[in-house]
Amino acid sequence: MTAGVDVLTLRTDEGRDVVRLVAVALVILLLPFAAFAADLPALTGRVVDNAGIIDAGTKAALARKLADFETKGSDQIVVATIPSLDGEEIEPYANRLFRFWKLGQAKENNGVLLLVAPNDRKMRIEVGYGLEGTLTDLHTKLIIENDMVPAFRAGDFSGGISKAVDDMIMVLQGNPEELEARGKRNQQAPFNADNLFFAIFIGIWLIIVFGSVAASVLPPIFGQKLGPGRYRWLGMTFEPGRRSSSGGGWSSGSSGGGWSSGGGGGGFSGGGGSSGGGGSSGSW
Amino acid sequence: MMPAQRLARPSTFRTLPAFLMMAIVMPLLAGCGYNTIPTAEENAKAAWSEVLNQYQRRADLIPNLVETVKGYASHEKDTLDAVVEARAKATQITVTPDTLKDPEALKKFQDAQAGLTSALSRLIAVSEAYPDLKANQNFLALQAQLEGTENRIAVARRDYIQAVRDYNLTLRTFPSVLWATLWFRGNQPFANFTVDEDKMQPPKVDFGTKQGG
Repeated sequence: MTAGVDVLTLRTDEGRDVVRLVAVALVILLLPFAAFAADLPALTGRVVDNAGIIDAGTKAALARKLADFETKGSDQIVVATIPSLDGEEIEPYANRLFRFWKLGQAKENNGVLLLVAPNDRKMRIEVGYGLEGTLTDLHTKLIIENDMVPAFRAGDFSGGISKAVDDMIMVLQGNPEELEARGKRNQQAPFNADNLFFAIFIGIWLIIVFGSVAASVLPPIFGQKLGPGRYRWLGMTFEPGRRSSSGGGWSSGSSGGGWSSGGGGGGFSGGGGSSGGGGSSGSW
Repeated sequence: MMPAQRLARPSTFRTLPAFLMMAIVMPLLAGCGYNTIPTAEENAKAAWSEVLNQYQRRADLIPNLVETVKGYASHEKDTLDAVVEARAKATQITVTPDTLKDPEALKKFQDAQAGLTSALSRLIAVSEAYPDLKANQNFLALQAQLEGTENRIAVARRDYIQAVRDYNLTLRTFPSVLWATLWFRGNQPFANFTVDEDKMQPPKVDFGTKQGG
């Protein structure tokens, strides 16, 4: 928006001041919106390396590790790097990003966001409401100070981040019963789409099976008898005795391969969790 | 017996149309946004509870923090006393959801909490001068918790500001303003935080390049 206005100011020489005034007014007007709409990065996966500081091998390993961890306990950990905060403090930015991505399952709020802004030399671990008791502020502080800061100072972003992720997983696994219970409670969440598909599939089957039963049983009871084996019910004529040839037209063969539960794992999205500002930040 | 029946019959006949009317109209009311104002009001109240909750959490951390600092920096008595005093003042002033309409009450609350915030940041700044204290595990833990709580307060305040803005808008904008004038005359706009000035600034090392905050 503002860029467009800037272009305008460059092109028109006459009335330049007016245009500039309008531009300034626009910027002032749009500032509050810009503060919220300041393009937050898209959640492209469990590792969103927009700053390009994590090497490919580490990135793949991290993504795998985090995906495995989510299947175990449904906790969603996401690593994000952004080149710059554009002058914003890292705490509100991390909170905004966390809520924008909705990390963690909706009812558990068990998401964790590890955010690194290399140009500002700042990092933050933002913890969702549901994990504040497990991954406490002190844990995150220690992870930042002991794992990330020394590695980052040495320029080893990949190493620092993967060490931090390992430690976070270790802390979250510290209470295995609770982790497992959480995983069980949310087991179905990742398969929601398939469940819906399955429900529709079963629903259609039920309608077909019970529909035909109902069509043969109910008209004799509620309907009006028209002749032997012929009944009129709900404005339709039913002949339950006679078999229609189309009954065999149904093949169940296609159903076996009809739906795959794999899903590919490519479409990662937040589970609807939120954060109230738990965790801690650091800088190097 | 008989008079009672005679009385009862017309009353049922009278209430039946009213009941039917209610049955038809009430879902329509919900569809027309009758629920907007109460919903927004409850959201704002819930957001306020979260604000109180986080301030309380901070107040709960302080006795422990003061004790820990006292062990290492006993001659910073003034700073410590200031924190204790500010805490006592801040915990005295409570703003229940019912008094949210009163900007004065909110202002007092905010001032008291801001006093505690500045006393606390002074304490943290002072403690920088004591390496033993800074190395103390307990102090580290308290400091991490305090930082976390300050951030949670900031988030809770932001959420409250947003919730109150939404609620106040429903009282003033069309179409919910119709409901406000017809039904919710008692509903007053809630007071909001004015400026975000009492956010604790961590002590910064100033090399003279930047002046102030």
